[in-house]
Amino acid sequence: MGNVLELRGLTKHFQEQVALDRLELTIPEGELFSLLGPSGCGKTTTLRLIAGFEEPTAGEVYLHGRRLDGLRPYERNVSTVFQNYALFPHLTARENIEFGLRHRAGGWPGDGARRVAAAMEMLQIADKGERKPAQLSGGEKQRVALARSLVLEPEVLLLDEPLSALDPNLRKQVRTELKALQRRVGITFLFITHDQEEALSLSDRIAVLNAGRLEQVGTPRELYLRPKTRFAAGFLGPVNWIQGVGVRPEATQVAHERPGAEVRSLAATVENAVFLGNCIHVETRLATGEAVVAEVSRFNGTFERGERVHVWWREGDELAL
Amino acid sequence: MNRLRAWCLAPSAAVLVVLFLAPLTILLAYTVLTRGAYGGTSLPWTVENWARLADPLYLGILGRSVGVAAVSTGICLVLGFPLALFIARAGRRKHWYLYLVILPFWTSFLVRTYAWMFLLRDTGLINSALLALGVIEEPLPLLYNYGAVVLGLVYGYLPFMVLPVYATLERLDPALLEAASDLGARPWQALRRVIVPLAMPGIRAGSILVFIPCLGAYLTPDLLGGGKTILVGTLIQNQFTNARDWPFGAALSLGVMAVVMVLLMGLIRRQGEGVL
Repeated sequence: MGNVLELRGLTKHFQEQVALDRLELTIPEGELFSLLGPSGCGKTTTLRLIAGFEEPTAGEVYLHGRRLDGLRPYERNVSTVFQNYALFPHLTARENIEFGLRHRAGGWPGDGARRVAAAMEMLQIADKGERKPAQLSGGEKQRVALARSLVLEPEVLLLDEPLSALDPNLRKQVRTELKALQRRVGITFLFITHDQEEALSLSDRIAVLNAGRLEQVGTPRELYLRPKTRFAAGFLGPVNWIQGVGVRPEATQVAHERPGAEVRSLAATVENAVFLGNCIHVETRLATGEAVVAEVSRFNGTFERGERVHVWWREGDELAL
Repeated sequence: MNRLRAWCLAPSAAVLVVLFLAPLTILLAYTVLTRGAYGGTSLPWTVENWARLADPLYLGILGRSVGVAAVSTGICLVLGFPLALFIARAGRRKHWYLYLVILPFWTSFLVRTYAWMFLLRDTGLINSALLALGVIEEPLPLLYNYGAVVLGLVYGYLPFMVLPVYATLERLDPALLEAASDLGARPWQALRRVIVPLAMPGIRAGSILVFIPCLGAYLTPDLLGGGKTILVGTLIQNQFTNARDWPFGAALSLGVMAVVMVLLMGLIRRQGEGVL
């Protein structure tokens, strides 16, 4: 399969501020691809450059090999699901979904009504068509926004933190549904998020951005287990930095007895043990002063504050930066 | 709590009763009395004044007034909407533009209307300049006609259109315009299908604020129209002064109010249907 989107040297300055710095990114066909990073990292700017809401200071955007930058948003066959959905408040859910088909270059297609009905059916909002956005729940609004974009069969669907406006209970459920939806329609999703758990759980591939620069691209597994930069390692999950070596807390163990030479171990003092139900966070401090957290099973014994222990890990679990 | 609310409302209720309801009642009483010899009113009771409203002469004047007010409101909308849109999108400078829109209110409307006379009359600035440049041989008839009246009304009431329209456009979420463009709408389609419908509350409010004073205007038609185009405001004023026919003037006033209220009811009913 080929690539849908190619970003070449994409750069955006706002006045003197560099929002995006020479971003090189290739997004394969049919994937759920996430742009992950903290606020201000350039992920939203990237989305806006692809959608055409902003023009790059330098660099190019290619959609299936055709150059996209310089075109107006209505000339680009990409569609956006906005953070707060941006549904038209004066139109019903159905009119919102029909909006794009009415205004696209070729006019209302012959199978328009069928496509609208199919999109509403797929997103389970067939019975909500006559409601105005104000009469819809957060989840329903999101479905209308998705249907409004998908009915146009865009080459790429851009999603700007679409889960952040939902209440936390709904978020996990919608995450699963979103992934299933992407598989079903086969359209490439470019998903913007600052939530590493969200990115890990639903992406085929993730690009980590920091301060306008690309840190690393890879599958969730690659990024979590083999991060190339300290930033990527820390952003995807907690890390114990022990004498320059990174070890994830769940790969870190604690023992009362000194373990054998087949693993790496260091003496430490327990500072706190936090019971979290499914696991225990044992917070320890090494002689060097470094803090090390071990996420251990409650079946591994109990650890008291002030106890002298040994923290240990396998060499293979070290993050090789 | 309810008592506090009653006390807080009392002053405005008193003002409305004394300054609005009472004069209106007196006016209503005038309409069924006979004119006095030197103005004022006298007995006997009569419905003659109301019957005279149906006279084609007066109906014609009322119709013409509604026409002038409607045309002026329409022009205010056509000029005011783009201006309001421009100001709403002007970013940090918008406060300056708003200031400029309300700047004319700092001088009296009368003075500003006279200023238009100086500009428009035969020996005014425009005609003098055009004559001096040799563009025209004779002064253009700019003053004392229908066009001058509409010009004066549009000039005077444009801010009342701009401000409410601006208020709705300023609240418009920019993401909605991005969404429209993203979904394939060209700028004019976005304007027609998104911006204008969402600005309707402001457009309605602005139209009401312009139409009503235009309908009752008497200063502008009198000064810029030169009394040649009689409108209902001038007609009413004449009844209370030159014609000394207070009862008929009262009937005319209430007749105009009735027309305005019927139009307003229609608008409010339509507005009630939409989700604002």
